[in-house]
Amino acid sequence: MSPTDPLHPPATSGPLLTATALQKSFGDNQVLKSIDLHIDSGQVVALVGPSGSGKTTVLRCLNGLETPDGGTVAFRGGPSVDFGAKVTKKEALSLRDRSAMVFQNYNLFPHRTVLENIIEGPVQVQKRPRKEAVADAERLLARVGLAEKRDDYPFNLSGGQQQRVGIVRALALQPDLLLFDEPTSALDPELVGEVLTVIKELAEEKWTMVIVTHELAFAREVADQVVFMDGGVVVERGHPDQVLRNPREERTRRFVQRLLNPF
Amino acid sequence: MDWELLRTSFWPMLHGGLVGTIPLSITSFVLGLALALVVALMRISGQPALAGIARFYVSVIRGTPLLVQLFVIFYGLPSIGLTIDPWPSAIIAFSLNVAGYAAEILRAAILSVPKGQWEAGHTIGMSRTLTLRRVILPQAARVSVPPLSNTFISLVKDTSLASLILVTELFREAQQIAAFSQQFMLLYLEAAAIYWVFCLVLSSGQSALEKRLDRYVAH
Repeated sequence: MSPTDPLHPPATSGPLLTATALQKSFGDNQVLKSIDLHIDSGQVVALVGPSGSGKTTVLRCLNGLETPDGGTVAFRGGPSVDFGAKVTKKEALSLRDRSAMVFQNYNLFPHRTVLENIIEGPVQVQKRPRKEAVADAERLLARVGLAEKRDDYPFNLSGGQQQRVGIVRALALQPDLLLFDEPTSALDPELVGEVLTVIKELAEEKWTMVIVTHELAFAREVADQVVFMDGGVVVERGHPDQVLRNPREERTRRFVQRLLNPF
Repeated sequence: MDWELLRTSFWPMLHGGLVGTIPLSITSFVLGLALALVVALMRISGQPALAGIARFYVSVIRGTPLLVQLFVIFYGLPSIGLTIDPWPSAIIAFSLNVAGYAAEILRAAILSVPKGQWEAGHTIGMSRTLTLRRVILPQAARVSVPPLSNTFISLVKDTSLASLILVTELFREAQQIAAFSQQFMLLYLEAAAIYWVFCLVLSSGQSALEKRLDRYVAH
């Protein structure tokens, strides 16, 4: 296995990401009050919580889609970026390039074929040889069962297929960390399974992932760590069996109850 | 009906169209579109000074008659020591005018591309410039084809104003032959017919372009 084999995560272990005291406000609305995250290589972290609790904002801060107002983010081997101080563009970009986001609405490029969507980053940004990027993309597509769709345009694919392409597009960048922002929320119920299956396989291969999700059963199955957020703070975190079956905090218990018995 | 005049006047007019109207339209449109992109990007740059300049430019161009703009450049500038020949004067005036209108079209087209496309570019490591070039503009192009086609068709007809600063084009040929033969009705209707055919060709070109760019939009 080459170190850049796109079918496998970077072979490392130990702490990958440390984020401390992340804060973010939009106007008067303080979305993140103080968030700490510690993620080891190969770990799957499920971020759960009611809507508006700041889960998605955490992901977006890690990927540089939002700039936190305060707190630090550090990846292994990189600088600890302190958002309380002045952050240079270079520092911000160094964080962005460690992770890749899978969006709720896929956000595939509608004017490019499936294959072109996937090789865009490797070829245009990472400047890898096109032939190599295409070969990798084809192998990744085959693995998610979409080999024959390589020359289709996104609008010819179902939502589940589009999301699998979205996952492959992120994988092709060979990031240290995969970020999933409610990856199945926009899907018809019968298409959710095919996407979750892919994510589960990635978990088994020890990709490091943070998943914002409302699928608690799925979180319990794949996550090594569940982080329950509410009101911009982490209310409770720990092993999924503990947080989701025997929550210590009343707020967690109410949330889990509501999702298990919505009526 | 004077069939002979119709026939003999047709060739000078068509010639005026081919060496005047059409190259004037195409050159001005290409230059105008390039300037329009700059103005549109200034407006959405988020830099108050740049956006202000762009807004002022669009306001002046759209708020004043094209004929006045043309006259300022050709008849006005010589009085401050800047004399420009008819042809370049026309190109400058029409380019600046097209840019004013096309800038607003391009701005709206760029803003119509969903924010998620910018974010997708960001997450795969693209700079804003690269995202604009590879992700946003191709999609904005499709949206802007119909309104830009309107601008171009208007421009083709507006180039007849260049006859007033002595540029040899379709309408100036018509005027000269009409003055000579005194057959105003016949010759001006003939000129109108030739403009109309030009625009019909352009309209079908627009449809073909829209079809070709169709894959550039989400369905």
